[in-house]
This record gives sequence, C-alpha cells and structure tokens, in this order.
Amino acid sequence: MTWVNDVIQGIMLGGFYGLLACGLALMFGLMRIINLAHGDIAVLGAYLIYVVLEHWNTSPFVAILPVLPVMLLLGYLLQRLLLERSLRSGLLVPLLTTFGLSIVIQNLLQQGFSPDVRSLGAQAGSVATASWQVTSQLSIPAIGVLTLGVAVIIFGGLQLFLSRTQPGRQMRATAQDPDTAELVGINSKAVYARATAIAVAIAAIGGMFLAIRSDFYPYSGPTYLIFAFEAVVIGGLGGSLWATLLGGIVLGVAQTIGGQINPEYPVLAGHLVFLLVLLSPRGGLVNLRRVTA
Amino acid sequence: MSLLTLEHLTLRHGLLEAVRDFSLTVGEGETVALVGANGAGKTTLLRAIAGAHRPSGGAIGFDGSEITRVPAYRRVQMGIALVPEGRRLFPALTVEENLRVAMQRKRPGRWTVESVIEAFPMLARLRGRRAATLSGGEQQAAAIGRALITNPRLLLLDEVSLGLAPLAVEDVYRSLANVIAEGATIILDEQDLTRAAAVADRVVCMLEGRLVLEGAGNELTREQITEAYFGLRRTQEVDA
Repeated sequence: MTWVNDVIQGIMLGGFYGLLACGLALMFGLMRIINLAHGDIAVLGAYLIYVVLEHWNTSPFVAILPVLPVMLLLGYLLQRLLLERSLRSGLLVPLLTTFGLSIVIQNLLQQGFSPDVRSLGAQAGSVATASWQVTSQLSIPAIGVLTLGVAVIIFGGLQLFLSRTQPGRQMRATAQDPDTAELVGINSKAVYARATAIAVAIAAIGGMFLAIRSDFYPYSGPTYLIFAFEAVVIGGLGGSLWATLLGGIVLGVAQTIGGQINPEYPVLAGHLVFLLVLLSPRGGLVNLRRVTA
Repeated sequence: MSLLTLEHLTLRHGLLEAVRDFSLTVGEGETVALVGANGAGKTTLLRAIAGAHRPSGGAIGFDGSEITRVPAYRRVQMGIALVPEGRRLFPALTVEENLRVAMQRKRPGRWTVESVIEAFPMLARLRGRRAATLSGGEQQAAAIGRALITNPRLLLLDEVSLGLAPLAVEDVYRSLANVIAEGATIILDEQDLTRAAAVADRVVCMLEGRLVLEGAGNELTREQITEAYFGLRRTQEVDA
C-alpha cells in the first residue's frame, strides 16, 4: 500500500513539475531557446505574490490574480528587449542571455527581499495542510490534487489554444517554419513575444505552488529549473505539451519512490531516471514531435 | 498604371551578387514570366519582392509607395503573396490549417477557404490531412491556395512545376488560368519555356543576375530566349 501511496504522491508532485516545465517547453519548442532563468522567473512570481499579500490580507490563490498580468507584460518585454536581439546572433547567445538574467534576478531579489527564507503556506490556509485519509497508509493531500488539477487545466487550455485558435495556429506555423510564416502574413516576432509572455505567466503559477508547498528564497530558482528541465527532457525534447506533463509525472514518481527506498534518495532517483532516458536510444518518451504538432 | 517597380535592385548572398542592378516595371493585370538558368537570381528576386530577402541596393515600389524596407508580413497585407520554391507548407498543420493560418492579414476579396477549395477541387478530400502527407501536386495546389487566400494584388510563383508529374503541372496551370483571367498580376518563374511564353504577356530573361532580354510572350522566338538563357549572344559579342 505504501507503494500505491508513493505513486499517487509522485503523480501529484509531477503535476507541480509539469507546471514549472510548461513554459520552458513552450519556449524551447517555438524558438529553440533554453531559458536558464525560468526557475528564477517562477521564484520572482512567488515574491510578487508575497508583496501583494503584504498589502492585502487574502490567500495566494487570489493574490496571484494581479500578478499574472504583470508577469505577462514582463515576459513580453523580456522577449522584445532581450531575447529577440539575442536570437539574431544564433542559438548560443540566448542561452548566455538567460544565464545572465538568472543571476540578475537572484541578486535583485536578494537586494529587495533579503536572503530570508519565506513560505506562503500559512496564508494558503487549510488547503496547504488538509488531506483525505483513504486508508491508514494512503492519504491524499488537497494541495497535491489542486496542483495536478491546475496543471491539467493549463496544459489542456494551452493545447486547445494551439490547436483551435488563430494565434495558436500561427504559433505552430512559426515553430515549424518561421521564414514561410512571415511570407503568409505572420509577424513572427509578435508571435514569439506572445509565447514568452504566456511562458512567464505560467512560470508564476508554478512559483505560487512552490511557495505554498515549501519555502523559497532568492536563490531557489536553479534547483527548480533542473527539475523542470528534466521533466521536459524525459517528456522528449520539443515533444508535445502533454509529453512534458507526463515527463514531470515520471520525474515526480521516481522521486517519491526513491524517497521510499531511502529518505536521502529522492533527488538522486529523479536524476537517474533522467539519465536513463537520455541514454535510451529514443532519447525521450515521445520523441521528435514538436511542441506544436 | 504600374503596380510594381524595381529600380537598380542589387541582391546579395554574402559576397555573392545574385541580382545586379535590376530594373523592371510590372503593370496592373500583367503576367510576367521570369526565365533563366539555375542560379540566374530568379528565386532571390522573387523573395526580395515578397520581403524575405533584404536588398543591398536599389528600391522596390508597390502601388505608388516605396516598400524596400517593409517586412514581409506587412507586404502580405499590402497585397503581395509568394508561393515559395519547394511549396514550404507547414508540414504538421492540416491543409485547412495551412489555408487558415494565412488569413491573419488577408485583404478583402473573393478568396476564402471555400473558394480556394472550389478552385482546386483536389483539396476538398484532403482538408483534414497533414500537409506532410500530400503528394507534390497536391502540396503545390495547397501552397498556391495559401497565397491566394490573402487576396493578393501581386502573386509571385516560384518554380510551380518543379518536381511535379506532367499531369499535376497541367492541373496547376489550368487552375492558374482562372486566376489570370480574373485580372491578377502575376510574376512566375518557370523552367519550361513553351509554357512560360504561352501563359505570360511578357517574358523576362535573366542571366547571372542581370536582365538580358525582355519582350512580349508571343513575339520573342524560342531562339532569342535560348540565346539569352545560355548567354550565347554575349559570348559572341565578346568573341567579336
């Protein structure tokens, strides 16, 4: 029964990793940019929610509402002012740019908020601690169900957006052939900016769950970037969006089962699964299908 | 009334000058065929008119305004559409999605998804199929449809018959005849001289990036075009 419990906990943890990985996968699939600042952007989102909560006594789930438009705008500006220029010089330069951005965000957060460790778990109220006791060995935490539910809604919504709407079709067309996209009237730079805006806003949602589930401080980003990155790779680089969520779930389950074997093993077990997937001949669960296919 | 004017256009690929000091005026409703050997600069010229290749010299005018620095996606809105060499459909999108995705900056006009499918009946049963699974002729029809759906005033066709079975070429040209009859302005790049001369009001011959011969489609003889195509006359001049 403990194993069943571990798998269920792992699936819910995977929803959290999927949320963190979603924007990373979107940007990689569309522009081949690996955003090394993605974890720090999620942490930045958590801090912005923290700021809202200082002025307004409410729950993080409400406090994120004013933060989302700010993150959309930041993402749009990030693309227009930094990444668009970097992309002109090839694929390596955006990698360096986001690496630098990661350091800048960490230091600004340290300047603005001190290195103190914080958590939004208390403000989230009973959701953060409540659980359903199914049997003596199987309990399902409310926050896990909520995280997974939000992840499924966001992945599903994004998938619908990509397959059913005109801006979504334009994103898929641009991902496949940016040069031809311009020739049929698509402003690829605007498409990229829209996608980065969405990616950054979703990162903030991931950041909110990060802050509720555990604690965060200005340098929390890179750890979560690694988990998000592993989720994307396990799902298959540039794979479909659902594959990324699946990748997050595989990582989550690996970590909880590793933790069951030995409390020191969860992160190690996740890394091992990631390496195994990299070594496998297919190199990913769903290989060679672009985000958008 | 001229729709397109090219003035002393120079186009480079790095150090290579693909098109040199090229001037041409195309009138509203005219059909112009570009002929020339591989590497003569036809594709580069068409891409520059569509905005996908930035000129290093000269100017492009369209409908009275200068568009030399206007990005490609805006030119679509102004009424320029290119059917690129090799079709270049979005492979993972369905045929219908390929058409719909081009409707963002369409101009008002008669072309819609339905009327394109009416003009290219073979697309009707392929609407939901991914573009990557289509045959060459089907892809070409979809690519022309994708350009038409923006309701262009100037349609640029690059190598429409390249790699197609003769029957498929017939199909494509039969559909094009309707478009031409409706008064569209067309510049096409065609390797088949007989076909080029038959379909076009004017034939423009390019050699090593320069305009070497132009004349009405029914006036130029095959010999004249062949000479220009291979640069025979120039060689003779050099010899003389």
